[in-house]
Amino acid sequence: MAAPMSESWSWFLALAFGVSLLKCLLINTYHSTDFEVHRNWLAVTHSLPVSQWYLEETSEWTLDYPPLFAWFEYGLSHIAKYFDKEMLVVQHLNYASPATVLFQRLSVIFADVVFIYAVKECCKCVKCSRGSKDLLGKPSFVLAGLLLWNFGLLIVDHIHFQYNGFLFGILLLSVARHFQGRHLEGALLFALLLNLKHIYLYISPAYGIYLLRSYCFTKDSPDGSFNWRSLSLFRLATLGVIVCSVFALSFGPFILLGQLPQVLSRLFPFKRGLCHAYWAPNFWALYNMADKALSILGVKLKLFDVDRLPKASMTGGLVQEFQHSVLPSVSPLATLICTLISVLPAVFRVWFRPSGARGFLQCVIICALGSFMFGWHVHEKAVLMAILPLSLMAVERKEDAGIFLILATTGHFSLFPLLFTAPELPIKILLMMLFSLYSFTSLKMLFRHEGSLITIPEAVYLTENTRKQKSQ
Amino acid sequence: MENWTLVSLSVLLGLTARWTVSLNSYSGTSKPPMFGDYEAQRHWQEVTYNLPVHQWYFNTTDNNLSYWGLDYPPLTAFHSLLCAHIAQLINPEWVELHKSQGYESPAHKLFMRATVIIADILIYIPAVVLYCLYLTDGSTRRKASTLLCILLYPGLILIDHGHFQYNSVSLGLAIWGVLGLGLGWDVLGSLAFTLALNYKQMELYHSLPFFCYLLGKCAKKGLTNKGLILLVKISVTVVVTFAVCWLPFLTDPQQSLQVLRRLFPVGRGLFEDKVANTWCSLNVLVKIRAQLSPEAQLYLSLAATLLAVVPSSIKLLMNPTFWQFKLALVNSSLAFFLFSFQVHEKSILLAAIPVCLLINELPLMSIWFLLATTFSMLPLLLKDGLLLPYAVTSLAFLFVSTYLLSALDRATVDGLRIAPYVRLYRTCFPRINIPLIVKWKFAFLLLAMAGLSFTSAALDPPANLPDLFPVLVSQCAHFQFLGCLVYFNVVQLMESPGVGDHKKIK
Repeated sequence: MAAPMSESWSWFLALAFGVSLLKCLLINTYHSTDFEVHRNWLAVTHSLPVSQWYLEETSEWTLDYPPLFAWFEYGLSHIAKYFDKEMLVVQHLNYASPATVLFQRLSVIFADVVFIYAVKECCKCVKCSRGSKDLLGKPSFVLAGLLLWNFGLLIVDHIHFQYNGFLFGILLLSVARHFQGRHLEGALLFALLLNLKHIYLYISPAYGIYLLRSYCFTKDSPDGSFNWRSLSLFRLATLGVIVCSVFALSFGPFILLGQLPQVLSRLFPFKRGLCHAYWAPNFWALYNMADKALSILGVKLKLFDVDRLPKASMTGGLVQEFQHSVLPSVSPLATLICTLISVLPAVFRVWFRPSGARGFLQCVIICALGSFMFGWHVHEKAVLMAILPLSLMAVERKEDAGIFLILATTGHFSLFPLLFTAPELPIKILLMMLFSLYSFTSLKMLFRHEGSLITIPEAVYLTENTRKQKSQ
Repeated sequence: MENWTLVSLSVLLGLTARWTVSLNSYSGTSKPPMFGDYEAQRHWQEVTYNLPVHQWYFNTTDNNLSYWGLDYPPLTAFHSLLCAHIAQLINPEWVELHKSQGYESPAHKLFMRATVIIADILIYIPAVVLYCLYLTDGSTRRKASTLLCILLYPGLILIDHGHFQYNSVSLGLAIWGVLGLGLGWDVLGSLAFTLALNYKQMELYHSLPFFCYLLGKCAKKGLTNKGLILLVKISVTVVVTFAVCWLPFLTDPQQSLQVLRRLFPVGRGLFEDKVANTWCSLNVLVKIRAQLSPEAQLYLSLAATLLAVVPSSIKLLMNPTFWQFKLALVNSSLAFFLFSFQVHEKSILLAAIPVCLLINELPLMSIWFLLATTFSMLPLLLKDGLLLPYAVTSLAFLFVSTYLLSALDRATVDGLRIAPYVRLYRTCFPRINIPLIVKWKFAFLLLAMAGLSFTSAALDPPANLPDLFPVLVSQCAHFQFLGCLVYFNVVQLMESPGVGDHKKIK
């Protein structure tokens, strides 16, 4: 805080190193079944030939990430054997020796180096015109704090257990590359990201349209509309070669093995149902609620027969399909159409009124939010896909800062059920307070000459949330 | 950023570190028949809850003193009683007489951990916050940095929230005492310190500086008028506080005597285990315990301790400023730790907390000493399975404090406050650059401590020398403590009046 050298990046390393140590302190906290999921993948990729990776089903947690992630696990497994060889045996279900825990936790912490590097690149992209000479008032400092110390990432990756930091690192790096005008690198990174975790398909419309419109078309007409003659086939071809070669590298072996349908069925398990075991706070949660309310009301008013209604238990904590009682049941196709409709305006804007990398970033955020709202089987964690990129915009514009505060507070609050064990309760409250206090005060300071960030009703809404969280 | 935000962020970080450490194992986890300090504290809850006050310190059929008998002063017992009442509301099994012995469950662990952090939040943390806000120099940002460094001191976190004890209560009360004296509220300060003394008798390590400072101050005001009134006020406060704390045991002289016997077990020998003090270190060369009678050992340690504390006490008595007082606290507690009778490795915390209070003025030496204190408890922490939190919190403290307090940049002759000493030194060796030597020593000893920590954790000792690593750790720590004792004495004794700290008596 009392950094003597505000010009250098020592403060950045301090923030990054500090949060890494905090992550190390979280090693012995509770971890969810995702821990076993990743241990199983380590074992599968290590001890079986590639042809078996997507067929193996000893554990119920079969490999359901794209091939590049499997290769990532394969790489990790070669370090894992120096910690504890037993974790690499497929039959050792729920194996969690101290060395295994240490290794898996450290692998997440070290993979976050990608994230740290990406945050540094993002900080360089931020306009530093605003803000004081004081280090704590610089947009880049605020941004680094918001991203590196993000509450959601801390609890999802380092307590619950997942590798999101590393993946979001690639996403942010790709965004930063677009800001820096290095579009091909950005595209390559995004193609890699898609082959690491396919959930990022949700934001691919933004990428596709943006690259096509702003990279492949080299010149606009004078009136701002696009000019067919400026389409650079060379650029289009380069882009195509890059993307296709990444996909070929990733899926090629499985196509040769004739396993493509098998791999795809693993990646897109529509059997899992509309909502996750814990409902993400999205449109379908409201839809389910309405269905439940209508069915109760209908039974009360004797409009339906109780016995003829399908038994709908939606919050049993089980991952499964279910039927709605009154309202029409929702098919995956319907959610896809809803999602597409919700992101269409943003995509149109990128196509017809391109406004550079910033417009693209806005579109990424809207795609992430649209798919969160209307997607099939959305996890509550997916809200991070909107919160993290939004941090970049929050430090540049007052309006975005206000939206960020609301989205981050509610989104992070919705992550609370992820950690339900009593010993972790104080940690999540403390970390949430830490992050909220930091984000509110630092953004307020950044825009202190431009009035308040959130309106009074919004403030009431947020305090109400906090109050509920306390009483939980 | 606004000031209160920085302070809140520091406190929140300190609390997060505490709670994450508390998720680890505690001393004696699943190790019957004796378990560890966690069971001791639980057992005291059981004893105080179920037995009448007059049996607490006596060996009876219901109170087996050889199984973690109560050996702390009455306030600790009352604190246990309070916790026991809460425990009883949650789950009566936790404090059931006899049957609850060795009770362990995740819910109980959560309860015990919560009692420690609540005591921290109520006593220790507010004291540190107020100390940093009102009694340290510099900008608010600097104050917040100091606060964060003190709250992240790994030794106290690891012992209280890892190993399991309530040191933050007595140490927090002692800081309240320092705060009172620093702000000029001498009566309140002595009240807080008396409470600390009645919570843990080890607070006696700090009593000489408190005594000398207050007496010196009274003398300076004139023992015939104003000073006398102050002296009377302070004495009355101390006596009344003591009387209130000991009220249940004052009915019968036998009771008070028994409590005193429990508090000062002189029969237990000069030292136990591998503690980084002089007697244990000398033991490698001379087997003192075999050669001297217990009485002789007692007198030897008494004489050595007195010899070590007298210079700093006299200086404080003659020159009772707050700066002198803080230095004397370090010198006295460190001297007691190094030379007195029956010292435990955890008692180094008593020296560490006064050093924490100096971290803003003497960053490099304080950080060094504080890391050495944590390192000296390594064998204990390894036994408790706290290697990971030990490594992480030590690293975090080293990094955060050197970065935030720019410790290395401030390690100059003036920054180290050794100007008079250097002037003396220069007459003999004109070309020596003492700050540079200090920095090199710092780096070298950090490496040595890291290396020893690593070897103790990773390697098995040779079969004929099973205690090799604990002995090496204690020797290495002892060597650094002696060096620090000399350094802090030099700073205190060589300070000419008027230089140094500007906070005079109000």
